Amino acid sequence: MKKQLFLGDEAIAQAAIDAGLSGVYSYPGTPSTEITEFIQHSALAKERGIYSQWCSNEKTAVEAAFGMSYAGKRVLSCMKHVGLNVAADAFMNLALTGINGGMILVTADDPSMHSSQNEQDNRFYGNFAMIPVFEPSNQQEAYDMVYEGFELSEKWGYPILLRITTRMAHSRAGVQTRPLQAQNPVKIEAEARQKYILLPAIARKRFQILLQKQAEFLDASEKSTYNQLFIPEKRSPLGIVACGIAFNYLQENFPAGFENPVLKISQYPLPKKQLLQLTENCEEILVLEDGYPIVEEQLKGYLGVGLKVHGRLDGTLPRAGELTPDNVRKALGLPVVSPYIIPDVVAMRPPALCMGCGHRDVYLALNEVLQEYKDPRVFADIGCYTLGALPPFQAIDSCIDMGASITMARGASEAGVFPSVAVIGDSTFTHSGMTGLLDCVNSRANVLIIISDNETTGMTGGQDSAATGRIEAICRGIGVEPGHLRSVVPLKKNYEEMKVMIREEIDYPGVSVIVPCRECIQTYKRKLKA
Amino acid sequence: MKTDIILAGVGGQGILTIAAVIGEAALAEGCYMKQAEVHGMSQRGGDVQSHLRISDRPVASDLIPLGSADLIVSLEPMEALRYLPYLKKDGWIVTHSEPFDNISNYPEMEKIRAEYERLPNKVILNVEQIAKDLGAPRSSNVVLLGAASPYIGLPFEQLEKGIRSIFERKGEEVVELNLKALRALSA
Repeated sequence: MKKQLFLGDEAIAQAAIDAGLSGVYSYPGTPSTEITEFIQHSALAKERGIYSQWCSNEKTAVEAAFGMSYAGKRVLSCMKHVGLNVAADAFMNLALTGINGGMILVTADDPSMHSSQNEQDNRFYGNFAMIPVFEPSNQQEAYDMVYEGFELSEKWGYPILLRITTRMAHSRAGVQTRPLQAQNPVKIEAEARQKYILLPAIARKRFQILLQKQAEFLDASEKSTYNQLFIPEKRSPLGIVACGIAFNYLQENFPAGFENPVLKISQYPLPKKQLLQLTENCEEILVLEDGYPIVEEQLKGYLGVGLKVHGRLDGTLPRAGELTPDNVRKALGLPVVSPYIIPDVVAMRPPALCMGCGHRDVYLALNEVLQEYKDPRVFADIGCYTLGALPPFQAIDSCIDMGASITMARGASEAGVFPSVAVIGDSTFTHSGMTGLLDCVNSRANVLIIISDNETTGMTGGQDSAATGRIEAICRGIGVEPGHLRSVVPLKKNYEEMKVMIREEIDYPGVSVIVPCRECIQTYKRKLKA
Repeated sequence: MKTDIILAGVGGQGILTIAAVIGEAALAEGCYMKQAEVHGMSQRGGDVQSHLRISDRPVASDLIPLGSADLIVSLEPMEALRYLPYLKKDGWIVTHSEPFDNISNYPEMEKIRAEYERLPNKVILNVEQIAKDLGAPRSSNVVLLGAASPYIGLPFEQLEKGIRSIFERKGEEVVELNLKALRALSA
């Protein structure tokens, strides 16, 4: 069969469909979004009745996936790295119970923070939960790992964490697909209660089982074809460990073959046997990993005595940011030659809110009203409207994590900040803002919450938002007073109306919610074209 | 055969479409390829780039190493300059001539032209105008691809097939318009 051109994300999606997937549960987040989108647009997935609706957040997604696995079916859940923080409670505990139908969790990490607020490395979570982690070095491996992963997950009885980084997620290459497998029937385990009711007495047993399982996971890593040891004939003092995509950058610098002993690692726990073989063939080790120095730290140990280990911790590679063929080349002591430099005349071109975007109108009106107050603070959130931080708006004071606008505004107001304003989008509100709003209502916090509703999940490219058309009903249900729950269409012609509304609700000493609602200009344009 | 190409522009200009056409052509020609794209935040009017690597041997890195791109294809004159550190000494730049000015501190065009004066191998064209004149105003990216085609290292027919397969679902009229755009400057 002819190879197909797939993004890493798409290779994962296609592999899951081919391996008998029954459902995917996700929340959009760069660089993971395209996995679920691919399944949503796949004719084959539709034909096979694969569930693929977006969830409210990563926690609800992982739990729903867990439910499908409980029923015996193969299931996928995809998120960006910070999304796993949201899902961590479910994640840590389903690693304890184990699963039934094959379950793969995809974490798409974003070293260099191309579209994220941090560059956490979620292999750490794999270690923490003590489950196997797979880290593909290319799109074909990503496909194969997912295709084989469901079976492995079922064989082990544990979920698998597949960790990719931005460059793997968003790079295309030819991928060879494999035969379509049937979906699993519903089949619940006979002793399911002894596994899934994590009362302390049962949890203690499950933890013992997980601990015993570690030897099997290690054995699998040592036998895995994804972990490969290369020992050249000529002895070289420097051995190299290359994890995931780092292996490509290493290969790029040795087009004629490796001159050093090399261990490629794409399956964890770390293959001890091969690491020992590597150290027998060298005096020092260089660790290449696209993310935190997790393997480096493990090999080095806290005291750093014994074998010399180089990498991000000793400055051989930069401590922050993604790997590139160039910083790997430098770490290998090879020259990086670049005949041209960026001319001084080249100006930065940061992203900006689109022309015609409703968030623009909201910020213009808000900025103008806030000028009337002495020390206003605007706590914003994660989404397109975070771009309100940049000129010409410079309208916000914070952006931390999904939902933190509302809760921070509450805390700040209770500390005495006035006006204390929150700005949050509709999708972020349903992801993690609703509980914070309830806290505000319960404490009668003096806050103005602006839910800037564009009826979509905008920043990630316009995915369905969980409560389109129901934002105000949710606010009413949570207990926002009807008189202080107001809506407006954010357009130039409504500026004066918006300004009056903002002023009145700032001056109301309690919880106010304003919902400026106008469809995202990008999804609107797309509909016009279709 | 091995060609490393940087595609540059501003989010929304259509560089990913050019990348997809070249990708299809490369795969049809039996080449190995990797193509790294930028999705996400930068697509909101920020600078975007794609690293496209085509070779008759397997490609290792998804990213092009510094100083080794054969070609920079850019839909915006300042954006091409941003990726100069990737260009080989004797590499080519094929760029649209007119600025996309969505920032407050866009440099004077004189200064940008002066930078181009110093570069040995460049093709600077107003592809927007050419596309308009062709009656295909939305295909300026494809006109640019045509202008870059001699430096890509793939047979022109494969690029034509690439156009066909990428625009197929939009109907025969769109395919023909884009083929016309591709051929406009293909020398």
